[in-house]
Amino acid sequence: MSAPTDTGTPAKNVPAATPGKRVVRALGTGIPVYVLLVVLLLALLVTDPGFYEPDSFLSFVKRAAPLVILAAGQYLVIVCGEFDLSVGAIVTAGVVVAAELYGSFPDAHWLVVTAVLLVGGALAGLVSGLITTVLRVPSFITTLGMMLILEGAVFFWTGGSPQGVLPSAFRQLGRGTAFGWLPWAVVACLVAGTVAVLVTRSDFGRTLLATGDSDRAAALSGVRVIRVRTVAFILSGAAAALAAVLVGGFSGVSAQAGRGYEFEAITAVVLGGVVLGGGRGSVVAAMAGAFSLQALFTLLNLQGVSGALESTVQGVIVIAAVGLGAADWSRLRGRRTPSGSGPPGSTPTGAAPPGPTPPRPTPPTGTHPSGGTPS
Amino acid sequence: MTTVESAPAPSGPPRKRTSLSGGKGLSTVRRSVDPVVGVWLAALAVTILGWIVVAAQGGNFLTTSNAVAILQNCVALGLVAVGQSAVILTGSLDLSVAYLISLGTLVAAETMASGGVVTAVLAVLALSVAVGLVNGLIVTGLKVNAFIATLGMAFILRGWIEDNYTGPAGEVPVSFQRLGYDRIGPIPVSVFLLIAVAALMWLITRRTRLGHHMYATGGDEHAARLSGVRTGRTVVLAHVLCSLCVGAAALFLAARLAAGAPWAGTEARYDLESIAAVVLGGTALAGGRGGVAGTLGGVFVLAVLDSVFNQLSVDPFFKNVVRGVVIIAAVALYARPRRTPKPPKALPEGRTA
Repeated sequence: MSAPTDTGTPAKNVPAATPGKRVVRALGTGIPVYVLLVVLLLALLVTDPGFYEPDSFLSFVKRAAPLVILAAGQYLVIVCGEFDLSVGAIVTAGVVVAAELYGSFPDAHWLVVTAVLLVGGALAGLVSGLITTVLRVPSFITTLGMMLILEGAVFFWTGGSPQGVLPSAFRQLGRGTAFGWLPWAVVACLVAGTVAVLVTRSDFGRTLLATGDSDRAAALSGVRVIRVRTVAFILSGAAAALAAVLVGGFSGVSAQAGRGYEFEAITAVVLGGVVLGGGRGSVVAAMAGAFSLQALFTLLNLQGVSGALESTVQGVIVIAAVGLGAADWSRLRGRRTPSGSGPPGSTPTGAAPPGPTPPRPTPPTGTHPSGGTPS
Repeated sequence: MTTVESAPAPSGPPRKRTSLSGGKGLSTVRRSVDPVVGVWLAALAVTILGWIVVAAQGGNFLTTSNAVAILQNCVALGLVAVGQSAVILTGSLDLSVAYLISLGTLVAAETMASGGVVTAVLAVLALSVAVGLVNGLIVTGLKVNAFIATLGMAFILRGWIEDNYTGPAGEVPVSFQRLGYDRIGPIPVSVFLLIAVAALMWLITRRTRLGHHMYATGGDEHAARLSGVRTGRTVVLAHVLCSLCVGAAALFLAARLAAGAPWAGTEARYDLESIAAVVLGGTALAGGRGGVAGTLGGVFVLAVLDSVFNQLSVDPFFKNVVRGVVIIAAVALYARPRRTPKPPKALPEGRTA
């Protein structure tokens, strides 16, 4: 993570010569994930011919919905150069808070409770965002602290064993269906996906990418970096709260409801070719990454891989997929700077003497690390 | 920090402003303290504060037994965090440490049950080297981001553990349990283990060529490579060093638990806790700045806090809340001075137009 030692930062100005290249460009960094998704879906078809029956396919999408929503929120945070490790804790907290709310107000309308959760998630995101941007705490630490705080607070509040029941009206969003066949979770997933795409296509989305690419350049060209990043955190928190509603609907109240979701969401986003460190990647690819991850889980289940070994296979495939993605890209682009650890402008000018002697080449755009955001 | 201090400002995207300015030559009032001094001052402050609070409740905080308990509590997290600082300094990260600890205790205890203690120690260290090597090679060879690479490794180890073990396994002979329980005078043996490992790591990072290369790679990988540092090799070695420290932690925990446990590393969340301790100790998450001395301070702060909470018998869940607040607040305090613009001392040599 840390320094963007990520490879495969695709050059932005690939000369669009042939239609093939244009397609490549349109798909962006996401190509490997689309390939992966297609492969996994084909494998699912081979394993279970009934997989594409509308019912079972919809239920697959339904199960993927929370992760897709989390990935969309996480994408917004990652693409502007930060992390959100608190989403899993927000999911857990959301489920438990909903149960507690129903414990106190059994007659509350589900819309009210959902709205309260969404506002609460957004608030958690706001706090993380402000601490990260204003106090300049690295987001890894901020959201890690937020995770400890939320989990601790929830368990402290409930005395260690959250209990209570969620009424079926509330759980409808997670497990009910519209018109008798379309799960509400799929609708929520579609809506969240559409919103995410619209957000990234808007001015805000562009400033988000610019901020992730180089916050200094963005600030100098008039982006309110603090505001943009904070809004990204707020949206991620709200997305996590929405995921909490779905998860609560699926599986009811549990202290483990959101455990591990933060890493799954980040994995999904990175599978989608989004560069940790910000500035590159598309939200559609990130959501495709989430679908791929869910497809992988389903496939492993169907293949009868013992539950225990499942995570081993998952680890291998994630590493391999990300590694292949990185490798493919450097080959496609004819290997410019090996591993773009500098900003796009700082290609090594002049053949630097490769000897170990001091002549230390200063990259031309040696940005001042302390340059704050001019207000 | 002396060697890298004069290096030109990292040319990487300036977004990670985690790093603390070394503080040398700043004459402003808001000059930042050297993070190492800062974190040890913080540790002192926490100790005094804890002493006052506990005394107000009628307890006695600064007893020998309590001090020894605090030191003992430092050991496991300290060993992991010392290793973690090596990778973080190099600009990488290791999220697989928790599962490596679990697997390490299991391997240690099982080997000890069937074979000798020496074989077991060697087996654990060999396992650690292998995991570190694979981590490093995935990061440098496959160019997978360290976050994902080590997370993937964590999944792999988890699957391995869950597939082969369902509960505590193996048995640790009494002779080896002495590592966990014996004392020399009032001080536990394990504390000496931590001191030895930390001193070794300090020597490596500060006094050897590898250490300088680690700082250079973490500060700016591109510049380091252009200056002739074999950055890939450096990162791999840093991962191996980290895993070796984790192996030592696993051996200690095995001695302490008298058996191997699948939850030995994960329950205490050594992965995230160690990173928090490293950052608390003033090491920049982006790499290139900080060091082992600060990390030990960070570990000490967390251990003292834990002890204070135990003495006050605070609800363990509430403890987490406070811990989260403390971690954020401490790092916020460090990061704060960075808001003042850096004096233009680096300009003359750095950029001669």
